[in-house]
Amino acid sequence: MKFAVIVFPGSNCDDDMYYAIQEGLGEPVDKVWYTEESVADYDGILLPGGFSYGDYLRSGAIARFAPVMASVVEQAEKGKPVLGVCNGFQVLLEAGLLPGAMQRNRSLKFICRPASLVVANHETGFTSEYGESERITIPVAHGEGNYYCDDETLKDLQASNQIVFTYEDNFNGSKEAIAGIINKQGNVMGMMPHPERATDQILGSDDGLKIFQSILKQWRKSHVLTT
Amino acid sequence: MSLLLEPSAEQIEQEKIYQEMGVKDEEFEMIKKILGRLPNYTEIGLFSVMWSEHCSYKHSKAQLKKFPTEGERVLQGPGEGAGIIDIGDEQAVVFKMESHNHPSAIEPYQGAATGVGGILRDVFSMGARPVAIMNSLRFGELVKPRVKYLFEEVVAGIAGYGNCIGVPTVGGEVQFDPSYEGNPLVNAMCVGLIDHKDIQKGIASGAGNTVIYVGASTGKDGIHGATFASEEISDESESKRPSVQVGDPFMEKLLLEACLELVKCESLVGIQDMGAAGLTSSSAEMASKAGSGIEMNLDTVPQRELNMSPYEMMLSESQERMLLVVKQGEEKEIHDICSHWGLHSAEIGHVIDDQRLVLWHNGEKVADVPVDALAEDAPVYYPESREPEAFRKRQQQKAWRPDVSDAKETLTDLLKQPTVASKEWVYDQYDYMVRTNTAVMPGSDAAVLRVRGKDKALAMTTDCNARYLGLDPEQGGKIVIAEASRNIICSGGLPLGLTDCLNYGNPEKPEIYWQFEKSIDGMTEACKTLETPVIGGNVSLYNETQNGAIYPTPVVGMVGLIKELAHITTQEFKQAGDAVYVIGEAGEDFGGSEIQEMQTGSIDGRAPELDLDTEYRRQRDVLKAIQAGLVQSAHDVSEGGLAVALAESTFGTGLGAEAVITGEVIDELFAETQSRYVISVAAENRKAFEETVPDARYAGRVTEEATLHLLKESGETILQASAKELENAWKGAIPCLVKSKA
Repeated sequence: MKFAVIVFPGSNCDDDMYYAIQEGLGEPVDKVWYTEESVADYDGILLPGGFSYGDYLRSGAIARFAPVMASVVEQAEKGKPVLGVCNGFQVLLEAGLLPGAMQRNRSLKFICRPASLVVANHETGFTSEYGESERITIPVAHGEGNYYCDDETLKDLQASNQIVFTYEDNFNGSKEAIAGIINKQGNVMGMMPHPERATDQILGSDDGLKIFQSILKQWRKSHVLTT
Repeated sequence: MSLLLEPSAEQIEQEKIYQEMGVKDEEFEMIKKILGRLPNYTEIGLFSVMWSEHCSYKHSKAQLKKFPTEGERVLQGPGEGAGIIDIGDEQAVVFKMESHNHPSAIEPYQGAATGVGGILRDVFSMGARPVAIMNSLRFGELVKPRVKYLFEEVVAGIAGYGNCIGVPTVGGEVQFDPSYEGNPLVNAMCVGLIDHKDIQKGIASGAGNTVIYVGASTGKDGIHGATFASEEISDESESKRPSVQVGDPFMEKLLLEACLELVKCESLVGIQDMGAAGLTSSSAEMASKAGSGIEMNLDTVPQRELNMSPYEMMLSESQERMLLVVKQGEEKEIHDICSHWGLHSAEIGHVIDDQRLVLWHNGEKVADVPVDALAEDAPVYYPESREPEAFRKRQQQKAWRPDVSDAKETLTDLLKQPTVASKEWVYDQYDYMVRTNTAVMPGSDAAVLRVRGKDKALAMTTDCNARYLGLDPEQGGKIVIAEASRNIICSGGLPLGLTDCLNYGNPEKPEIYWQFEKSIDGMTEACKTLETPVIGGNVSLYNETQNGAIYPTPVVGMVGLIKELAHITTQEFKQAGDAVYVIGEAGEDFGGSEIQEMQTGSIDGRAPELDLDTEYRRQRDVLKAIQAGLVQSAHDVSEGGLAVALAESTFGTGLGAEAVITGEVIDELFAETQSRYVISVAAENRKAFEETVPDARYAGRVTEEATLHLLKESGETILQASAKELENAWKGAIPCLVKSKA
């Protein structure tokens, strides 16, 4: 399975995502510069964390207009797995691939710490390797991770099981402690915590590895079916 | 000041306008002699910044020469952007620390942010990938609103810059003392990694080669920043706010990635950051080091504002700029890389054989001065040094002793002292994990980063207990080095070398210069014994307000090499049943201690003793034990003494400890005697550990029950406290102080 890590000017977790795939998962991966016009050759698309365009205007607001994004949206619509982490999640929200928006953390301060999460839906193509309601530890590092959506959207998210991760301790004030959501089709997921930072015990946790393993498993299943 | 209004050379001399720029009368005479004529406004500007204390070290040079700067691993000592030390496998570690005190006193967010930006550039301009940021901060007591504001904004500024550029801020230290009220210290350190073959130098050689300017445009911000940093802070300092630069970490991220590609180009001859004194220092220093000169056409310098004068352009300290020297005819490769990263690059001049800095503007020659005169020939001062009367008195004082009626209460109070208390409130705001190499997070004795792809890691720490220096600069200077290396040892590393940030008051006052001189003597002696060469650093003088000078605060940033990942050690106890050892016995060392400050509100008496041979022997013994796999946890005894160190070893573990305290109990628990450690050892390794570390005394064991229980040899309880309660006191102190209204 071949992965693309999209690199915007100001992305800074691109290397971490790259190594998570190359060393953690052991699959081929390329960094794809924001000016590229197509990501059609890739089987999975990863939008890393960081401060694309310096977070100017609003997190993710400028990146969503980057040349590469048209192809990302197109591939997402075709059903390819797309994962946005932290700033990548913010870009997916701005691009309209996922519903809702981010506000500044309730404390108005940047927060970096290992966070306890609950896997709220383990039956997605991103979480199939986890158990039901499994408790995991994945670090967070963000200033604007306070997820918001209106009540109607929330009901919709709940009704179709789109809430994938929640915080055990809702330190940033997110609506319903939401840490990660998925689209209705089940192929686009965004999450504030950084699974790529939890892929090796020496970093304190390898709980994040299962997300990448789930993506790979799902792809292998469908790949075997289609070939 | 626009060009038309600039004073003439005669006016500068007659009206002594140079004095406003910090140039002394005798220095003006020297400049006249060097040029053989009167300097014009631009030229006196060049001299004033290059001869400022910040750039020339004119009051400190004579002392700095004492430091040992060589060692078998040292690849680059002081003199370049940053020092370099070999770590094997054709790799090296590059690091440097610098102060941004004066700007942070006036505009704390930007002052701190640009401090981080500047130190990062020093490291990546050497060709190294920055892998970690550390810092060392000092504020007044967290009581007054202004101090809280400075503290919150400085932390936010460091976070804002470091988090955005994506280099982890992995650790540091923060201390609070009235001596820093009005004059906070913000020292930032950057650590980078490099392959030997990529090491770059800031030189401008080869006549005809092109000088290329890369990065942000030049604005009117930060003009005379270096000069401002070389005078005392006063009520008028507020008017120097325009001397504070404004940072753009997004621009720096692009500059960083571009530079790491540029340094691999054959066409690149030299590269230097435009830091303090901006375009002036980068051009003059690069030319001076190469034995050549530089000629620049200032009309081609990218400018943010219209009608900037040569004076303003040369003295601006606008951030995120680099100066390159590139082989003639091969400029395109460089421009292409810059343009890929969305950066502006402009050819602004070329290298000349004549060792002069020649500047053109609007078709006129506006400056023509020898580069060595700017970069090398600043006067060196040997200020008068005088031992203060108060020091002599302190040395003869009877030792102060604390009043402890309830050891548990005293320990709890100590844990709540901001200097001792958990700094989680601070590091929670720093992204300390980005780049996924952080193996030991902030909060332990030293931060540890693995070296990706290799079975080894780097340990790093910043340290300085300035109270000891306030009492006795020589003794305190030794302790700074010893404590930093002890922290590296406790994490499983061999200390490799250090960078320093020497923060003092006004050196033109004899008693301040005495502090400077004595502390350097102490540090030098310790560096020699402990085998830690000084590979670079920075001096920040004139840290004074109307209330007096800060404590002498020579902050040390030390880096160590952990030979195998398996050697990485932290301070927390690991497992119930492990044996607890204490290394070293306490004396009556309460001078400058946390408990003295807490109980009397000030410090007095003699600083703790330090025997460097004992220090060295114990360090090597402990490291040997760690490398032999005999140690579960290691923590050095520092501020607050043994009781605090034992309590800290239980924090975050859910475990407790039971230990027997021998000797004079109050001394043992709360004195700050040096060269002491708390170590835990698995039961089966006790014998081997005792053989390896003969100075270790078996004190007790780690317990399942989360209680800290300390007993006398008779079996009588000294204190028994819930580890959770102690931890809550320790964790809650700073958030509580920040929130409380004054």
